[in-house]
Amino acid sequence: MTCISLRGLTLTEWLYIYAVIYEAMKSSQSIAKPAIITTPNDTEIRIVRTFDAPCDAVFSAYTDPKLVAQWMGPRKYKMAIEQLDVRPGGRWRFTHIDTDGTKYGFHGEFREVVRPERIVQTWNFEGMPGESLQTALFQEHDGRTTVTSIVKFERKEHRDGMLASGMENGLNEGYDRLDELLRTIH
Amino acid sequence: MKDDTLSATFQAVADPTRRTILARLAQGEATVQELTEPLPISQPAVSKHLKVLEKAGLIERRREAQRRWCRLQAKPLREIAVWATEYQRYWDESFERLDELLKKEKSARQ
Repeated sequence: MTCISLRGLTLTEWLYIYAVIYEAMKSSQSIAKPAIITTPNDTEIRIVRTFDAPCDAVFSAYTDPKLVAQWMGPRKYKMAIEQLDVRPGGRWRFTHIDTDGTKYGFHGEFREVVRPERIVQTWNFEGMPGESLQTALFQEHDGRTTVTSIVKFERKEHRDGMLASGMENGLNEGYDRLDELLRTIH
Repeated sequence: MKDDTLSATFQAVADPTRRTILARLAQGEATVQELTEPLPISQPAVSKHLKVLEKAGLIERRREAQRRWCRLQAKPLREIAVWATEYQRYWDESFERLDELLKKEKSARQ
């Protein structure tokens, strides 16, 4: 067994081992793990990402406008949240403003809100055809929270177009920002 | 997990023979025989390519007496393209910036 073979090490050797383990733990926390993106069927995208914070904190980051504004979407946009009425039937709308003034509007409606477990909401990218339905599930384990988002599109073509758009980088950038935010509020 | 249909599309258009077939079908419906004639491969080989294109949703096939017709299905491709370009703009415009940079470099070399 490992513990027997480690007996007889000098203090310096133990300290060295501790230092290596400490460094490994520190770096495993600072390296953001990218979201796992899969396609469970023809019209859906499934995104799984784990955050180093309890469920309540992550849920708040998804529902409190002051917090949402600090992480959702790519870094370069200024975020303007016009409405975020987090309850079944409540509407939401926000605009991302690029440095050159280009505006990207998104809006939808909350269908289900179960704190701190589940949010179901519709999504529209203004000016584009089709609406998607996004279900976010929050599961806590050992103080960490895994968010599973299932985005269902009306048409397979819309889903495929989203996958081909380079969403992965933009999405992960948002999640990295959420990591940073959770470190400050948690 | 089912096969990613988008990779099926990309795989389908990655082959030069299949691109030739798609280019021909862009001009209108054609029979398998008509598609085979200009190609240096056998009819069964063409049929295999057609199966790949059909699976990716890029063509539609129908039988009429002894003839087998193929038709381009451009609408799904167009819809994918619309979504991809709109969202690409939103996620990041660095591709455009890269394009501009490459263009500048090219003109600087000339």
